[in-house]
Amino acid sequence: MNFTIIAETNGDSLHPTTYQLIGAAASMGSNSTVICPNGVGATEAAKINGVEKVISANGDCFNIFDGGAWASAISSMCGEMILISASPNGREIGSRIAAKKDIPIIQDVVSMTEGITVSRPIYSGKAMESLTISGSAVITLRPNAFEAALAENNAPINVVDQSADVRIAIQEAINKASERLDVTEADIIISGGRGMGTIENFSHLEEIADTVGAAVGASRAVVDEWGMPHRMQVGQTGKTVTPSLYIAVGISGAIQHLAGMRSSKYILAINKDPDAPIFGVADYGIVAAWEDAIPALKSALSDLQS
Amino acid sequence: MNIAVLLKQVPDTTAKITISDEKVDESSVSKWSMSPYDEYALESGLKLKETSGGNLIAITCGPERTKKMLTDAAAVGADTLVHIPNDGVTDSTHVQKLLAAAVKRFDSHVVLCGKQAADTNGGSTGPGVAELINAACVTLVSEVNFSEGKFTTIRPSNSGIEKVVVDGLSVFAFDKGSTELRRPNVRGIMMAKKKPIESIISSDLGVNLEASNVKMNSQNPPPEKPAGQKFEGAEYVNEVVSKLRNEANVI
Ligand SMILES: Cc1cc2nc3c(=O)[nH]c(=O)nc-3n(C[C@H](O)[C@H](O)[C@H](O)COP(=O)(O)OP(=O)(O)OC[C@H]3O[C@@H](n4cnc5c(N)ncnc54)[C@H](O)[C@@H]3O)c2cc1C
Ligand SMILES: Nc1ncnc2c1ncn2[C@@H]1O[C@H](COP(=O)(O)O)[C@@H](O)[C@H]1O
Repeated sequence: MNFTIIAETNGDSLHPTTYQLIGAAASMGSNSTVICPNGVGATEAAKINGVEKVISANGDCFNIFDGGAWASAISSMCGEMILISASPNGREIGSRIAAKKDIPIIQDVVSMTEGITVSRPIYSGKAMESLTISGSAVITLRPNAFEAALAENNAPINVVDQSADVRIAIQEAINKASERLDVTEADIIISGGRGMGTIENFSHLEEIADTVGAAVGASRAVVDEWGMPHRMQVGQTGKTVTPSLYIAVGISGAIQHLAGMRSSKYILAINKDPDAPIFGVADYGIVAAWEDAIPALKSALSDLQS
Repeated sequence: MNIAVLLKQVPDTTAKITISDEKVDESSVSKWSMSPYDEYALESGLKLKETSGGNLIAITCGPERTKKMLTDAAAVGADTLVHIPNDGVTDSTHVQKLLAAAVKRFDSHVVLCGKQAADTNGGSTGPGVAELINAACVTLVSEVNFSEGKFTTIRPSNSGIEKVVVDGLSVFAFDKGSTELRRPNVRGIMMAKKKPIESIISSDLGVNLEASNVKMNSQNPPPEKPAGQKFEGAEYVNEVVSKLRNEANVI
């Protein structure tokens, strides 16, 4: 079988999840055809193991993100089985391609085996569902759930010109200066909750984040009550994250918060209440006030870095 | 303007999910609620109606119990309530076809929905319906305005946020907005109780539902994590950090 993969990009290069999409196809013994919208990352994609062919899809329609336009430009190049990242844009393009081709879409898959049988979290991770697909489908894969393919290949690149009607126009772009690392991209996240006392105290978490290259996240209480930006919110109505390490500081661990972070590889909780529900999902728990634990954590981590 | 809002009833986010015979047991759900993002879609639809005039059509596809949610929507200002009995249909592609047909039947000019439902966590319906009705779609929006025949909205971008303009028939899939959600007042609740709910079955919508080629094998609780290690006191921070490095290999 051959999978069609729509590359996920990050600025001018491939996003790490593209390597995982190709790795997932390879783990099923399949080669892939990788479509790079606007040609972004095409040369890089050609070097990834398991890639049979890269299609560099070029056209004005790719200059801004319009899922409808992207799907019409791309869908005729897609084969029977299509793999895309379960990122917001990936989910949108995938849904449109599936509707256009009248085939099913399975979102946010975390494992895939021959058959094709996939599993995916439902009810925000309170349950897992196993599905078997016969025939064509679009499958989106959860970032960081699959092994990345290595890059020592040399596949051919076909350049194809595409056009499509763009229905969305950007009127104004508002850049947020000094944007910190995004929680959905970070490998380590340190999040604070109401237990941090005030929004100013988040500077202690930021310092730790800077020493280990982590992103800073927040509970909804902090976002709603202290005006922390919503993009930092982790949980049911915020971001779903799967970092290698999630550090929760002064967060009680309400079910809606857990919904967004419980599938992190490792969880460290710091909370002064020994009965806080966050300890129920934590691999490591420290029962202490952050005022005591955070300075110690900071110095221990910076010792490691030096 | 006809404003269609797609609303899904889901187990309340605080409700326990029970599984029996490898399947989620819906009958044991203690509380059903409107899916959280759909509340923002509804709120934005009500604002759009206040500023531009029009008719707000609340549409749901689901079993009998979902009618209660339509009545709740009426209590805050939904004008027309549409229920599509799902007869056990849960396949996203089927649901999209039914919703798209209903949106067309009510001659909608704009469709508002949630970015993803709290049960499926999919995010397929907004863009999928847009494709079926040949509409533009913007996802992860937090507000929608209408002026001079065009819709403007805000969505996140790589470097911050961007204001986008859309012309003609559009679907907007909502993220959590910063807006307060309105609560119904007593008068609203009384009026809503009398509001009729129009039920339209799939054949009346002209939708033919073919067998799905996705088979559900099982639903199970998430894999149990081994119990964590807990330490009392900040003096254990160093020990935990070395475990993070040597046991977990994450730093
Ligand atoms: C529909 C819906 C959606 C929601 N979505 C989300 C969501 O996406 N994300 C989310 O996070 N929440 C969400 N919530 C809210 C959620 O229910 C909780 O209210 C919220 O997560 C609580 O935030 P918190 O843990 O920061 O605050 P609290 O629950 O107040 O917990 C504070 C914790 O800090 C500890 N603490 C206090 N002082 C210290 C100290 N000095 N040192 C160490 N620890 C200390 C306390 O022991 C306590 O455990 C949602 C709720 C609803 C109803
Ligand atoms: N059965 C349904 N009835 C009405 N609206 C729905 C239904 N399913 C999904 N939606 C809408 O589509 C959004 C995304 O759902 P999903 O694609 O399942 O994540 C939801 O937040 C609702 O606004």
